[in-house]
Amino acid sequence: MPILKRLFIRILSIAVTLIGVSIIVFVVIRVVPGNPISMMLPPGASDDDILRLKTLYGFDKSIIEQFFIWISGVLSGDFGTSISLRQPVLSLVLGRLPATLELSLLALLIACILGGTLSLLGTRLRETKIEGIIDGINGIAMSIPDFLWGLIFILLFGVMWPIFHISGRISPFLDIDYSTQFYLMESILRFDLKVFTDLLAHMLMPAVALSIPLAAIISQLLKQSLKETMHLDYVTLSRTKGYSENHVILKEALPNAVLPTLTLVGVQFTFLIGGTVIIERLFSYEGLGNMAIDAVINRDLPLIQGIVILFALIFTVVNLLVDLTYTLLNPKLRDG
Amino acid sequence: MVDTPRNINRKIGLRMWLSGGWLLFLLLATLFAPIISPHDPLAQDLFASRLPPFWMDGYEATYYLGSDSLGRDVLSRILYGAQIALLVALIASTATCVIGATLGVLAGYYGGWVDLVISRLVDIWMAFPPVLFAILLIAVLGTGLTSIIIAIIVIDWTRFCRVIRAETMSQSAMDYVASAKAAGRARFGIMIKEIVPNVLPTIVVLLTLEMGIAVIVEAILSFVNLSISTDFPTWGGMISEGRTSVHQAWWVIVFPLITLFLTVLSFSQLGEGLKDRFDPVLR
Amino acid sequence: MTAFLSIRNLSISLQNGERILRSVNMELARGEVRGLVGESGAGKSMIGKAILGILPRALKIDEGEILFQGKNLLNLNPRELRKEIGANAALIPQDPLTALNPSHRIGRQITNRLVDILGWSKGDAVKRTYDLLDEVRIPDPKRVINSFPHELSGGMRQRILIASAFAAEPKLIIADEPTTALDVTVQKQILNLIGEMQSRHGTTLLFVTHDLGVVSKVCQSLSVLFLGKVIEDTNVFSFFDSPTHPYSKALLAATPKYTDPESDLIPVSEEILNSVKEEVVQLDLEWSNGR
Repeated sequence: MPILKRLFIRILSIAVTLIGVSIIVFVVIRVVPGNPISMMLPPGASDDDILRLKTLYGFDKSIIEQFFIWISGVLSGDFGTSISLRQPVLSLVLGRLPATLELSLLALLIACILGGTLSLLGTRLRETKIEGIIDGINGIAMSIPDFLWGLIFILLFGVMWPIFHISGRISPFLDIDYSTQFYLMESILRFDLKVFTDLLAHMLMPAVALSIPLAAIISQLLKQSLKETMHLDYVTLSRTKGYSENHVILKEALPNAVLPTLTLVGVQFTFLIGGTVIIERLFSYEGLGNMAIDAVINRDLPLIQGIVILFALIFTVVNLLVDLTYTLLNPKLRDG
Repeated sequence: MVDTPRNINRKIGLRMWLSGGWLLFLLLATLFAPIISPHDPLAQDLFASRLPPFWMDGYEATYYLGSDSLGRDVLSRILYGAQIALLVALIASTATCVIGATLGVLAGYYGGWVDLVISRLVDIWMAFPPVLFAILLIAVLGTGLTSIIIAIIVIDWTRFCRVIRAETMSQSAMDYVASAKAAGRARFGIMIKEIVPNVLPTIVVLLTLEMGIAVIVEAILSFVNLSISTDFPTWGGMISEGRTSVHQAWWVIVFPLITLFLTVLSFSQLGEGLKDRFDPVLR
Repeated sequence: MTAFLSIRNLSISLQNGERILRSVNMELARGEVRGLVGESGAGKSMIGKAILGILPRALKIDEGEILFQGKNLLNLNPRELRKEIGANAALIPQDPLTALNPSHRIGRQITNRLVDILGWSKGDAVKRTYDLLDEVRIPDPKRVINSFPHELSGGMRQRILIASAFAAEPKLIIADEPTTALDVTVQKQILNLIGEMQSRHGTTLLFVTHDLGVVSKVCQSLSVLFLGKVIEDTNVFSFFDSPTHPYSKALLAATPKYTDPESDLIPVSEEILNSVKEEVVQLDLEWSNGR
């Protein structure tokens, strides 16, 4: 069972990566100048306060001891208690995770639709002026990072033509009583149009800002891959069978062109998720990233650690999923 | 068919002229900022707050691009902000490049455990959300120019390392390396004399692209108030301040945003243009 | 009466003006098997591609007619051409390794034309698939139908492609060097299979090849192409007995004989090549003056 073996190795390497990430965060926070307590306390705190806090959070022990205390807690599901919010880190982080996941997935969806459409259009109209225009758009879209797109959208669609909400995740007057934090998905399942449109009006701008660079990359890679595929014999053969250009592109070339693009898109998707940190801040969207920046500003060490580990987990799992999808979609690997 | 390559060349030319031109213009403006700035970028004048740019009613002389809510001149602040932006772009990306490319060449050329350790490290690094990592580092190191530069090096060395490692590996597999080995040259010598010159074009391209990234990272950090001290003008800081008064004085955010946009775009287009120059087959 | 397929005055050139085909004429009667012979670069594949409407974008047709059952294919718009070709013609491609879509199962690739283009029912198409696989002698058809191309050998794949070409009972099949990419042992089987299928179905076959040996085995007539120009158009017997053009003679002398494979090969002489080239240069001159 090569797939299972592959999976096992991948999971093992995820574990190694996560341990590496934990060590680095732990060390970065604790070793570099000053001790964490002084980072935490306002200036002018008394020595007693410092000592009390040190014992409370275990900072009086050596770093190695602290690490093992923390990691054994993590393994039993205890990520510690947030200093600034005074709640268990795990529940805080899990409470915010759905918002970030929904935003990232919406952005991924938009990127795939935008990038896919552009690449198909570029392939259909290859060697025309339109293809040149599409290439130009791709070039600019790829050069400008999500942060700048976010700012531009805020100015255009939040200030000049205030069509969309540019702050928050949902309008405060909408008092919703959902059983999960996955508001967008739950609103779809409940056919709750009012909540759905309100969520979308909030999420669309940050999601589009996140999606543009990825859309450009998808468009460029997929178009290149499609154009190469269009020269292959089986595509020519299907033309002689009487199929139209559209059919040939969509049914014959696309399935084979998607695969090589997929792995690259996987890595880029993790960059997109990383981008949520600043985009959430920009749009005051109540997700993990926004919480992370607050945690850093408040020197909330346990919370920072928890969030960074969670992000690392998401990144590695995304890569794993991409790898698995690739294996499942590729007929040559599927049965082998 | 014959015309195509010439066409592309002309396009590259235009693109590189425009982006290179903007960056040169910015560099000169930065160098002569003390001379050409109409105002002291830090000077507040509450009687001259939120003045509009020159073509609008209510414009007051020498506040060409208007003033912010504290009456500071937008143009002068953009010019001085460019100092920080370009300084960070040059120093941080060069340092990132040296560290990342060195590790990449070592990993790609020596392979074995060297590659294993470096690649593992890259894998771990890739699992960090970069912006969060940078913010965390600044929080730990404290604000200031050095901290920003260190933060950029720490989060971005992998970008060079990954690409240069792959490039070095493919170069190492080429015949000229094999023949150098057969000629009995030392491994380190081959690496320096044969491999490095051949990956240099890629390094230059990445370096140019990295400058744009460094500018953005600096802007993001100053946007969340974690750049250098808050009173020195930075583009990110101006954007952050301008956002709060966008309805009363849009020019405070729009002008630095445009400058930032053009600068990032220019670095990236320059990099892409160089890539096409070095590797015409790619296009 | 017009021939079943007739190509008249067909000229094709590259965008930069370089000529690929020079006023090619060719007639095929219904049920005829014609070899189209020439060295690589002679433009022989381009004739097949022009008929099927799959010329590379870099090529353009300067003049000429391709009359297929009385209809000039070059006057049809892309949609009409697709319909005409899809219903009445088929291609047996050169390289079976790249001519099957790696993402689709074999069964679908044999009969997709029947269902999608010709409006057959799924059930009829499946039944037809089994019949065809039986005809091309593929064992265990059930397994093959559900396989992906990479799971089959080159010879098997070429059999699949032959089955697929005959699926819709086309009136015309163009075989573009169908054995070149195969092992020598498999080549013979595939060649026999094509001949067998052709005679059973009475299909008109244009067999593009560089191998005169192949022509002598399957074809009734042949056209010899050199530098994009037909220099010999005759039936197989008179060609092998008494070729008229000096290039044909030389070509024949340069081909290993099945009767005596050990006999020394005489390469085509420089002199003959040059004389044909001169002829061509003269032709091109007239052609460009005429425009």
